[in-house]
Amino acid sequence: MTTPFYVAPEQMMKDRADYARKGIARGRSLVAMAYADGIFICAENPSSTLHKVSEIYDRIAFAGVGKYNEFDQLRIAGIRHADMKGFTYSREDVEARSLANNYAQLLGQSFTHEMKPMEVEILVAEITDTPGHEQMFHILYDGTVMDETTFVVLGGDSEAIRNRLGATYSPGLSADDALAVARSALSGDDRTIEDPDLEIAMLDRTRGRRTFTRLET
Amino acid sequence: MNLPYFAPGDDPGPDFARLVRSTGAEPFPPAEGITAPEITHGTTCVAVRYTNGVVMAGDRRATAGNLISHRSIEKVFAADRHSAVAIAGAAGPAVEMVRLFQLQLEHYEKVEGSPLSLEGKANQLGQMLRSNLPAAMSGLAVVPIFAGFDLARESGRLFEYDITGGRYEESDYAATGSGSLHAETVIKVGYRRDMSADEAVGLLAQSLFQAADADSATGGADTLRGIFPIFATISVDGFERVADDIVGAKFEEISERFAANHREVQP
Repeated sequence: MTTPFYVAPEQMMKDRADYARKGIARGRSLVAMAYADGIFICAENPSSTLHKVSEIYDRIAFAGVGKYNEFDQLRIAGIRHADMKGFTYSREDVEARSLANNYAQLLGQSFTHEMKPMEVEILVAEITDTPGHEQMFHILYDGTVMDETTFVVLGGDSEAIRNRLGATYSPGLSADDALAVARSALSGDDRTIEDPDLEIAMLDRTRGRRTFTRLET
Repeated sequence: MNLPYFAPGDDPGPDFARLVRSTGAEPFPPAEGITAPEITHGTTCVAVRYTNGVVMAGDRRATAGNLISHRSIEKVFAADRHSAVAIAGAAGPAVEMVRLFQLQLEHYEKVEGSPLSLEGKANQLGQMLRSNLPAAMSGLAVVPIFAGFDLARESGRLFEYDITGGRYEESDYAATGSGSLHAETVIKVGYRRDMSADEAVGLLAQSLFQAADADSATGGADTLRGIFPIFATISVDGFERVADDIVGAKFEEISERFAANHREVQP
């Protein structure tokens, strides 16, 4: 029988984090921002059927980058959580904060206990009736949660994209302006992203009960 | 509430009722050995096809035995954007069934990324009725009508059910509830294939008026309180409620015409 090598916990966590980060960096990025009518989400996604952004509940959207099957599982779990909660209590009791905490717990658990951490970064976005009260929870592969109210960048090259977006973003943009800002932030100066390679969705508070809508490109 | 995260074998898929069951709750518990006392019942609902879709209507009365228990209950609901469900029968289970049905359709649409076909929605409602059969046998029967605009066929479609979950597609019109016999006769006599939405609303108003006139459990227009039956059209543009003042005007016209010919005259 061979004696297992001792691996220091610091080293193990670092290896796992590196593994997850590498997986996420292989995929393309995604930006979300508060705009005039709610929250605007734009992802670089050449597929028109495998979505990165989707509806969770009346005012809540989900977005994920990284490994598709992993964040899609999380998306479905989120829909189930929201629908169960709305059915058991009432529709107004479904909120993004509780969902984000649940996601964080699950991701944290799988980061430390599973064979391999999930290679995903996800976003839970929520709007209210009043402009300026948008909430975006950005959750990392290890369960770290960050909350934002203006804009978020998910994915590999996020530092550069965040800088570009920070320079051009302003509150209260129209949908068209938000798209232009998102497109240039995602692409950078040395390339352009065409419409078919973008996935665009909004939480639009002017749309009635179910605020989630896709913009077909 | 935990995040419902399943191992591949236990995954309930896009089925909301199965998800609810997997957490230990049973949407339609068997009601063996219970005989329902005088519980609240909802009564007459009608639907008819017109050129661009379906019009659906339901009165507002709920009765418990021979007492009126509610005067403004709603029995016509949007199931989703392009379909509607109207219910007659035990009010409690019926409203709960509609709530579960609405969620089932929305849940499926969100999980799968595309809505169920109209046929699929109609079958779902049939399955829910079937699981309610034990309760129905003890007196908690629910008998709905389902109508929708089939986007694939580009036409309105209508479905009737029985308590066993039997699903019957109707080509022209449908009625359910205690006043359905009278209501359906009125629709049958006045029905034309080429009705406009306005004409279809008029015909259904006439049918509910006659049902309310002959059946004590059916409420007509309550002008004293300003409560009118609910009317909705389901067309390619989706589910739309017909405004109360339009419905009110139809009932006023009908009752005036009726009074002119039926008022007692002293000999």
